[in-house]
Parts: sequence; C-alpha cells; structure tokens
Amino acid sequence: MKALRLHRAFEAIWGTPAGWRGSLATVNHSTLGVRLMVTAFVFFLIGGVLAMLIRAQLATPGSAFVGPEIYNQLFTMHGSIMMFLFAIPMFEGFAIYMLPKMLGARDLAFPRMTAYGWWCYLFGGSMLLVSMLLGIAPDAGWFLYTPLSSKPYSPGINSDFWLLGITFVEISAIVTAVDIIVSILKLRAPGMSLDRMPLFAWYMLVTAAMMLIGFPPLILGSILLELERAFGWPFFEAARGGDSLLWQHLFWLFGHPEVYIIFLPAAGAVSTIIPVMARTPILGYGWIVAAILALGFLSFGLWVHHMFTVGIPHLALAFFSAASTLVAVPTGVQIFAWLGTLWAGRPQMHLPMLYLIGFLVTFVLGGLTGVMVAMVPFDWQAHDTAFITAHLHYVLVGGFVFPMLAAAYYWLSHFTGRRYSYTLGKAAFWLIFIGFHLTFFLMHLTGLLGQPRRIDTYPEGVGWTLYNLLSSVGAFVMATGIALFIIDVLLQLFHAPRAPRNPWRAGTLEWAMMQPPPSYNIASLPQVHDREPLETAPDLALSLARGEGYLALPRNGWRETLAVDTKSGRIDHIVVLPGNSLLPLGTALVTGSFFLLVLLKLYPWTLLPLAGLVVLGWRWAWVLGDKHAHGELPIGRGDHAPIHAEVRDSPGWWGSVFLSIADGSLFAALIFGHAYLWTVAPNWPPPALVTASLPVVIAGLLGAALAARRSSGVTVTGAGLGLLLTALLLTAFRLAPSPTSHAYGAVVAVLLAYAALHAALALVICCFARARRRAGYIAAINGAEPRIARLWTDYAVAAGAIALACTHLPALLS
Amino acid sequence: MLAGAAAIFGLVCALLLLAFRRRGADQPVSATAWIVGGGLLFPIATLSALLGYGLIVGEQLLPRADSATLRVGAEARRWQWTFTQPGTAGPIRTRDVLHVPAGRPIDVELTTRDVIHAFWVPRLAGKMDAIPGRPNVLRIEAHRPGVYHGLCAEFCGAGHARHGFRVVAHDAAGWARFQAGEAP
Repeated sequence: MKALRLHRAFEAIWGTPAGWRGSLATVNHSTLGVRLMVTAFVFFLIGGVLAMLIRAQLATPGSAFVGPEIYNQLFTMHGSIMMFLFAIPMFEGFAIYMLPKMLGARDLAFPRMTAYGWWCYLFGGSMLLVSMLLGIAPDAGWFLYTPLSSKPYSPGINSDFWLLGITFVEISAIVTAVDIIVSILKLRAPGMSLDRMPLFAWYMLVTAAMMLIGFPPLILGSILLELERAFGWPFFEAARGGDSLLWQHLFWLFGHPEVYIIFLPAAGAVSTIIPVMARTPILGYGWIVAAILALGFLSFGLWVHHMFTVGIPHLALAFFSAASTLVAVPTGVQIFAWLGTLWAGRPQMHLPMLYLIGFLVTFVLGGLTGVMVAMVPFDWQAHDTAFITAHLHYVLVGGFVFPMLAAAYYWLSHFTGRRYSYTLGKAAFWLIFIGFHLTFFLMHLTGLLGQPRRIDTYPEGVGWTLYNLLSSVGAFVMATGIALFIIDVLLQLFHAPRAPRNPWRAGTLEWAMMQPPPSYNIASLPQVHDREPLETAPDLALSLARGEGYLALPRNGWRETLAVDTKSGRIDHIVVLPGNSLLPLGTALVTGSFFLLVLLKLYPWTLLPLAGLVVLGWRWAWVLGDKHAHGELPIGRGDHAPIHAEVRDSPGWWGSVFLSIADGSLFAALIFGHAYLWTVAPNWPPPALVTASLPVVIAGLLGAALAARRSSGVTVTGAGLGLLLTALLLTAFRLAPSPTSHAYGAVVAVLLAYAALHAALALVICCFARARRRAGYIAAINGAEPRIARLWTDYAVAAGAIALACTHLPALLS
Repeated sequence: MLAGAAAIFGLVCALLLLAFRRRGADQPVSATAWIVGGGLLFPIATLSALLGYGLIVGEQLLPRADSATLRVGAEARRWQWTFTQPGTAGPIRTRDVLHVPAGRPIDVELTTRDVIHAFWVPRLAGKMDAIPGRPNVLRIEAHRPGVYHGLCAEFCGAGHARHGFRVVAHDAAGWARFQAGEAP
C-alpha cells in the first residue's frame, strides 16, 4: 500500500486542479504534450480538407470550382498549415509528452516554457485560421517569394497574416527546442549516460539543435519582409539595392533543414518501434547516432538545391548537388540499420509494423526521386512541376505521417491504458496506403508531362486529364482512410478493454509507469545500467511505484526531479520545478497582442505589450527561488545532492546558453544578409554610407570594454552598456542614411536596432541580478543568476561591437 | 536513373520481404556488413557515379558563346511574354509567341517587369527564372520545325496558370520570311 500512499502524496504536488482555472494554469508536460498533438491533428484535418478542395479543383480540366484568388489561398494555406501548424507541433507535442518518461524524469526542464509554447502556437495558428475564415488568407505560396509577396503585388493584409502568425508560432518552436534540448542533456535518470540514452532522445537532441539554428533565419526573413511591407525598407526590392534572392536564401536556409527537422523525430519513432517489433536490440546504435549527427550537419549545406533555376553559376550548383546526394548516405545507414534489425530478429506483423512497412516503401521511393532531383539537369526539367509535388509528399507523408501513425498505434495504450482490439486500423492502413500512392505516384507522370505546380486550371488535350482525375480519386480514398483511423482511435479511447502494463514488452523507461501515466510520471527515479532498463528488470515499474528509487519522499511540496552530468549520467543536483501558473497564458496573451497590433498597423500601441513583456519576464524569473540555503539534501538510496538554485550550471544557465545560440543564429543570418546584399545584389554601392565618426566608435567600444570586464560591479557594467547603447542609437539616428533610401540603409538600421535591443536587454538583466542579490535570493548569490547575467552582457557586448564595426568600418576605410 | 532507382527499390523491398520470411533462421546478423556495406559503400559508389554523370550533362547544357547562336530577349510580366530579336529590318517584337529557326541553338535572355517568372518549354530545354534585377540566360534548341508549348513555371499570382506562350520553330524558308518581317 506504500505505492498508493506515495501516489496520493505526489498527485497532490504535481496534479492539475480541476476546473477551468486549473486547465489554464497547468504546466504538466503530459497534459501539454497531448494538447499539442490534438491541436496539431486538428490542423492536419483542416490542411487535409484544403488538400481535398485542391484535388476537387484539379480533377477536371478547366474547372470552375474555385477561382484563382481562392485557389491560391487554398494551396498556400495547405502548405503552411501542414508544415508549421501540423508537422512541427505534432512531433513537439509527442516529444514533450514522451521524452521525460523515456529519460526517467518527472517533467521537462522548463514547464512554464512548455505551456507558453503551446499558447503561442494556439494563438498564432488561430490567427491564420481567422484569416482563412475571412477569406483574406495568405495567397503568395507557403514560400512567400518576394516580390510577389511584397506590397506592390500583394497589397492586402494576406501576407501579413502569414509573416506575423508564423513568426508567433516559431517563437513557440524556439522555446520548445530549448526546453527539449536542456531536458535531454540534463534531466535524465541517474546512470543514463549519453550512450545509454534511448535513440529517440538522440533524434530529438539533434532535431532541437537544428531548430535552434534553422528557424532563426526564417524569423529574420519574416521580420525583414514585414518591415519592407510596412515601412518600405527595401531589403528585397531590386530597384533600391535589395534582392529577391536574399529572401529565397533565408527561406531555404530554414526550409531545407526543416525537412529533416520533420523527418528525424519520425525516424526516432521508427528506431524505437522496429526493435520491439523484431524482438531484438537495434542494430548499430552507434552508427545510427553518427548518422543522425551527420544528417543534422549536412542538412544545412544543401538549401540551394531549391534554387537550381535562379541562375546561380553551375560550379556552385555542383557543390550543392553533391551535398544533396551526400545526404542520402546517412539516410541509407539508417534504412539498412532498420532492415538489418528486422533480419536479426523475429519481426511480428503487428499493426504498428504494418504502418512502418508503409513508411519504408514510401520513404525509399521519395528518397530515390530525391536523388533524381538533386541532379541539376534533371531538376531543370522537374523543378516547379507536379513531379516535385509528388516527391515531397513521398518524403513528408512517407517520412512523417506513416511513422507517426505507426507511433500512434504503438503508444496509444500508453495514453489510454487500453488494449488495441479492433481491426479497423488495418483497413485504414490499406486505404491510406493505396490512396496515397494512387494520388502521388501519378503526379510524377503529370510532372514529367509538363504540368507545373500551383496552377488552378489546365487545358484539355495536353494529356494530363486522366492522371489528374485518378489523383483526385486517390486523394479521397486516402481521406477515407484517415477518417477510419479517427474512428478507430475514438473506439479505442472509449470502448477497448484495459491493457496490461507494457503490452509490447518494450525495454524503454516510458513503460515503467502506470498507463495512462500519473501527473508525476514515476514515484521514484530509477538507477539506469543499460539501454533497455525494462529488459533487465521487468518489475522496475512496481519497484519505482513503491518508492525504491531516488526522490521517493515528497518534500516541502516541491516538484523535484534529478539533473545529471551530461555525459556520464552521474547525479548532479535536484531540480525544483515551478508549479502551475497563469504566467504562461498571460505572457502568451501579451505576446499575441503585440502581433495583433502590428497586424492592424497600430504601431505606437505596440510599446504597451513590449513593456508588458519586460514586466512579465521579470516576474517570470522573480517568482522562483529561495532566500535560504538548503545545502546537500538526501535524495534516497543513501545519496545527497544540492538543489539547482545552489549550483552554477542549473537548467536556467543551460537554457540561456541554448537560447543565445538561437539568437546568435539570427544575428549570423542578419550579417549574412548584409554581406550578401553588399556583394551580390544589383544596384550597389548605395548612394551614401554611414557617416563614420571615430568618437562614436571609440565611445561605443569603450562602453563594450567596460561592460565586458569580469571584475567590475553592476554599476560599471551598466554604465558600459549604457555607453554602448548610446553609441548605437547615435549611429542609427544621426549618422546612418535613411532606411527607406536603399537596402543598405535598411539593413544597417536593423543591425543597429538588434544590437541596441540586446544592450537594453542586458541592462535589464543586470538590474534584475542586482535586485535579486539585494533581496537575498540564494540563486543570485551562489547560483547561476550572475553567470546568466554575464552571458547576456557578453552577448550584447559582442553584438554591439560587431554592429558598430559593420556600420562604421566600411566608411572609415573608404 | 529510372532503372537504377527501380533496382534499388526492388532490392529494399526484397530485403524487407525476406526479413519476414526468414523468421527463425538463427545465424547472427553483422552490423558492419549491413551498415557499412548497405548504408555506406553502396550509396557512396552509386551516387558518385550518378553525380559525375549529372555534372557532365549539366555542363553540356550551359549556354556558351558561339557564332551560330541566336540571342533573343524574353521579358515576362503579369501575365504576358514579350520577345525581342534582331530582324533584317530592325528589331522584331512579338507577344506570347517566340519565333526561332529550327536546328540552331538559341540563348534566351530572361528579364521581368514585376515578380519572378520562369521560362519553360518542356520539349526544348529545362527552365530558368526571370528575376528582378538579374538577367538570366537559358539555352534552348528546337531540332525540328513545329510549334512547342511554353509556360511560366514559377508561381506569379492569379494569372499564373494562363501565363503561357508558344515557340514556333521555322524551317529555313519560313525563318527567312519571318526575319524579313512577313507574317509567318
């Protein structure tokens, strides 16, 4: 009965209070993970309905079902929804739900961030839905190429909805990526060294890192395009020194890694499920990890293969063509590891396996056509035709939807506690599989017959008619299959009998808990000795529930979980996680009001939410922590550890490091944009450079040097930041040419604004650190807070110095 | 490329099928053989060959200075194509129809008045974008006289689907008549 007593005690600490207030305030990762997945699935259905409308339009030549204005909204929204509002949030939700359970932790590292991310996603996604209901949805393609999306050719509010709504959703993706990466690196069960991590955690680690590097270029691009649309800053306008290709580079710098960001989590599910289905450990764990790392790295070197027809020199194309084919190698490694695993074991044809076969067949075909379009001469023909539509659906539906359906059937009993007991899933599979291949295999042929993408109509008698009709029929067959899947899941949710724990006899830790899982996951944390803890200790779940692991004693009402040394998995400290709070919702609402005000062009009013964000951010960090030291606390099994407020590398420190990496990626993309325009864009040099001023540069650099000094107090650091800020603002308002005159002035203005914003932010953080120390918070005296303040100060110093150099040096030298 | 892809796809399917057939066979499976052989060596060998071939073909398709080449201008706008080329009595401008001699390489210089478009005649060559501020050149050649359909391949707004044109390739006599300014 000890297990039940523990359950009640932990439930009181970790649970979500009943009622709407509790639902709004919850920060529990299981609840939020499910919310993300359900929301993403709803968006999947909406995107699917749009796809059906597209296929209805294309079923016959000369169709008058919808006109081009509506049709352009349909395919723009189909692509945007499936990419940004379905695929990414779906795997994020899955990772948010599953990672702590697989890693033997009780929650993610930043529970309030998890909640904030969900709210941002919900609000940003809703903005796009509203635009659709009003008939003013984005209509310039999901890639929003300029100048089609610029003010002269898209004067309506449509593109603004995309730029602002998607950026809002991207904020959610960035904070979630930080949350995931820190949780994987720090919040694991004791003994789980890096090489004992479940493969899924490796996949998510690389995915999250890619999100941190890959999403900021798009965020930057969106900011620049919105600035151009709103204020006429000509970043992408050739006549004033901009270049529409800069948008394409920024977009695909995000857009190609994005494909792997979507594929890797699904591949992580595959690598988890296949060995269980084959009843043998995965073949080549180390090889797979190496392949994931290689894929993450390579995926940033091939974005130009989306731009083979823009007139880039053939030699440069050769490099990107080679990189695009090279990326097939780590993918091949994984596929052969999966095939080898199936050979090594005794594969069983359960429902998840059926979907995995659907995945393998479809994805391999998509990969093969991918190699074809990586060949430059072939791509010159196939680019922007239905062949590409077919290829990308083979990769994304094959590489993401099929594995996620397999994952749904594999893990459903984890969510529901019920046993799978219907055969509808099989029928659903065949409908989806046959419908999919009918739809998209034929598109290869229509593409080769010359049918371009994004046409709302086509003439009769060019040989596309029959294929298009059959494609449309296939699409509706596939939709029927999806409907059957939904019915099947609902039946299982409400009618299926209770399942035994760990029905697949899997080895990973997520099965070592009640199903459905309690709010705290596990009553005590296990000591891990190998990659499949449940394989060696099948009774682990019971022993953990009885409190035989770590942190089995509820203390002070704290939400405790353990942080370990990243590499070895040795116990490092106790993390006391924040409880339920309305702050995430409030912050997301204020963030949303900022985007809404920009959308409505009420620019002066945006100062209100910006000030609100500073206040809320301050409060966000202030409400945590303790004013007296606890020292080493017992954690069970005879071990002791300090709490995170009393160590210097707390999760907050790690979170700041990774957030600054994402921030740095955005800054790097901005510098790239500056250099790109300077060297490649037409209509350069600009009519006027920044008026160089040696005194301003010296004052700014002096300020930077003061702020960067380790030994000085907060006052000196603050004064240094103030001086740097003044130099930046002087340059922007007194010395720089107008941002509307030429792309040079525009990009200089953004550089200076970026650096000034960071100097101001560092100033606020330094004030915060000082106020906390004065108030006597332990974390501000012995913990990570001074270190975090130092990190952001150093960042601001570096950004400020670089911005000053970029703006003044060219003029000083010329 | 198609045959190779089909063979690889067949191989993967066969391996997958056999994995289920051989259930119960107990010889151990070597990770190195599968992963190094199947996942590393096999794709690297195939892809290197394919890549080399692709680059050679790509190089041959590039426009090169050549006295036999005819140079024409193609200006795209929403939603129209204007072609300009030298004639015997001064430049000839045509709208939505490009006249070319058959059997002679043509360099099409692509420009745009507004958004990005792409010039594509599927039966004559690959495609190339017309980008504001950056003229591009595409080499096309019609080996036989006839009419070839061309279209805009880059999404350019509401009229994108109707942004097509024709290429008329003339025999020697027809070409002479066109150049002289007679209606073809």
